[in-house]
Amino acid sequence: MAHSSPASPPPDRRDFLAKAAAVVIGSALAVAAPVAGLVVALDPLRRKSAAGGAVQVASLAALPEGGEPRQFPVLATRVDAWNITRNVPVGAVFLQRLKGGAVRAFNASCPHAGCFVGFRADKNCYLCPCHNSTFATDGQVLDRTSPSPRALDELTAEVRNGGEVWVTFRNFRPGEKERIPV
Amino acid sequence: MKPALDWLDQRTGYKKLLHEALFENVPGGARWRYVWGSTLTFCFAVQVITGLFLWLAYSASAQTAWESVYYIQHEMAGGWFLRGLHHYTAQAMTVLLVLHLMQVVIDGAYKAPREVNFWTGILLLLLVLALSLTGYLLPWDQKGFWATKVATSIMAITPFVGPALQKLVVGGSDYGHLTLTRFLAVHAGFIPGAIIAFIGAHIWLFRRHGLTAKEPRRKPDAPFWPGQVLCDAVACLAVLAVVLFLVVRYHGAELGAPADPSEPFGAARPEWYFLFLFQLLKYFPGGTEIWGAMVVPGLLMLVLAAMPFIGKWKLGHRFNVGFLWVMLGGVALLTWLAVNEDRHNPDNAIAVAAAERDAERVVALARSPDGIPQTGAATLLRHDALTQGPKLFAKNCASCHRYDGGNGLGGTPTGKIGASDLKGFASREWLAGLLDPKQVDGPHYFGGTKFKDDKMVGFVKKDVAGFSAEQKAQLQQVIVALSAEAGLKSQRVLDAGDVAIIDQGKKLIGSAGVSCTDCHQFHVADADAVAPDLTGYGSREWLVAFITDPSHARFYGKDNDRMPAFGKDQRLSTQEIGLVADWLRGEWYEPEKP
Repeated sequence: MAHSSPASPPPDRRDFLAKAAAVVIGSALAVAAPVAGLVVALDPLRRKSAAGGAVQVASLAALPEGGEPRQFPVLATRVDAWNITRNVPVGAVFLQRLKGGAVRAFNASCPHAGCFVGFRADKNCYLCPCHNSTFATDGQVLDRTSPSPRALDELTAEVRNGGEVWVTFRNFRPGEKERIPV
Repeated sequence: MKPALDWLDQRTGYKKLLHEALFENVPGGARWRYVWGSTLTFCFAVQVITGLFLWLAYSASAQTAWESVYYIQHEMAGGWFLRGLHHYTAQAMTVLLVLHLMQVVIDGAYKAPREVNFWTGILLLLLVLALSLTGYLLPWDQKGFWATKVATSIMAITPFVGPALQKLVVGGSDYGHLTLTRFLAVHAGFIPGAIIAFIGAHIWLFRRHGLTAKEPRRKPDAPFWPGQVLCDAVACLAVLAVVLFLVVRYHGAELGAPADPSEPFGAARPEWYFLFLFQLLKYFPGGTEIWGAMVVPGLLMLVLAAMPFIGKWKLGHRFNVGFLWVMLGGVALLTWLAVNEDRHNPDNAIAVAAAERDAERVVALARSPDGIPQTGAATLLRHDALTQGPKLFAKNCASCHRYDGGNGLGGTPTGKIGASDLKGFASREWLAGLLDPKQVDGPHYFGGTKFKDDKMVGFVKKDVAGFSAEQKAQLQQVIVALSAEAGLKSQRVLDAGDVAIIDQGKKLIGSAGVSCTDCHQFHVADADAVAPDLTGYGSREWLVAFITDPSHARFYGKDNDRMPAFGKDQRLSTQEIGLVADWLRGEWYEPEKP
């Protein structure tokens, strides 16, 4: 079919109602699917991490009094979206038995960006392999130019039943000066 | 604002583009019959957007596909709505495609010079159907799994390349992770990409040749904006309204039980718009399926594609319109036949009911404190007594036993009842019936067995029938005590409240008055016992041991009637016997009532 001659645009206001209705309906049509999707996409914001209770991490016998810190995995129940798995590693802690018997526990995540720190026995300090943050054995930042904004995150540790070390494991938001649980 | 827009226009020329788009000429003015293309474009946009958002939470693997869809449907805020929107818009698209095709053929819009545009339209139709087919599998539920399995098996009959083609599509010899990764990539990547390209070509060609006006023209020509835009917008709104109604009415899209290759699924059916093909296949005997699956549909598509040429003949257009009506009529008839056949098939009703039961149950289990294990949700059902117990019972026990008069699954076994009805086994009510002179030799208890005229029946019919009021009261205590041996979940509260009666009943079982231990053993080893041990009667351990070997000296010994030693003869695994025992005892996870 041949093209008809193009119609000229209608004069202003003549089709005002049709235009207004088309714009209103068109806008409604345009937002329906994105809004439905965004609500679902934002679902993670509604979810809070479950603050677990204390879990047994090690036996006291594995920590010589006055010895250097040792790293232990933390086994707990992991809720990962639809999966619930019991007794699986959810993180790691450094445990050190101080003189006098008390146990000190640090979350092994660096407060800077979340890499796992390691303990350097030769320098008697913790070192983060990612950005070289260093921490003293009491967890304090060693170097003033350290990228870590705060000391290592200390966790509550207690000895139960004579020889079990229990730790209340938590993760904290990295990169913040204050400890903010996640 | 204006300088900024002018700046943009100088660099992009958007104003000209917008002008061309909005002021395209509509010969004869705006009409409702021109809306179909726009509604389809709208639906496709909705599908792309909802699909992308669904993708944010979807995980394509055999252990996570169903699980992630469950999470979207039942756990995420608004997830059911998003899924429903995607699901029902897909259905709407199929309907709209047919309407668009009808409008194009009836109005003769396929004729020269629009042949190529018509063919791109047919390709788009096929691509959208391919989207439906691939999307159906992604939730990895029983329905999608089995329906797609049928579809890919049909693919394997393609001459020469069939088996290789099937292997490529499935990602291996069997269904698994790669099937899902491939289907997802095809569903969310390849096909949408092709559709976007073809829609581009389709619209470009449409603009090139202009709209095919329906004669006679009722009004003078008018620009696309605003008249036709408004018509299109209203039509899209109507489509959206229908979709939203369905989404809310059915609370999102259906999600069946997780796919399980070891669990037959009698309710396997394709999506409703493929039912005609499903029905067509029934008419082609073994070895000739290729005619129903490929040759006939292929020929129909060929005729469709040839319409621009057929239309050139004098009666060609009439033939085309007639052919379309006949084809759609045939599709409608076959669809109706498929639905009607299912409606009158009692087996299908049972299969659908079982599918719904499993679908509901697995959600309850997934929401339990134990959640979904990493082995996937299918294992939840495989280890669930409420799901597996009736199936195992129907298959292995119901040829003699009954459960509430049936086979445990709601069906009625054909044979004569040959052993006891085990609903409520070992409960107080069940035992009261067993010790009732009127019932003991009835079909619910020993009536169908070789013990019909044996000692136990004789004892109940003669001795118990003549019991004094005091003895009857004692018998009641015996029933309570014996039932407490089972430790049934349903009687836990009752048993805890009747400790004194249970103690008294236990003593009575061993006494001469009710004389149970003349034949049975009860908590004290008795080498002379000839009837089943009553110690722990009906407990899990007792039932498992009994099902494992009823001919064991602890139970019927050599007097065993016909019951097979399910465990000893390895007819059932220890786990399966445990599931039957748990089910008979009513031991399964029950969600807490809100």
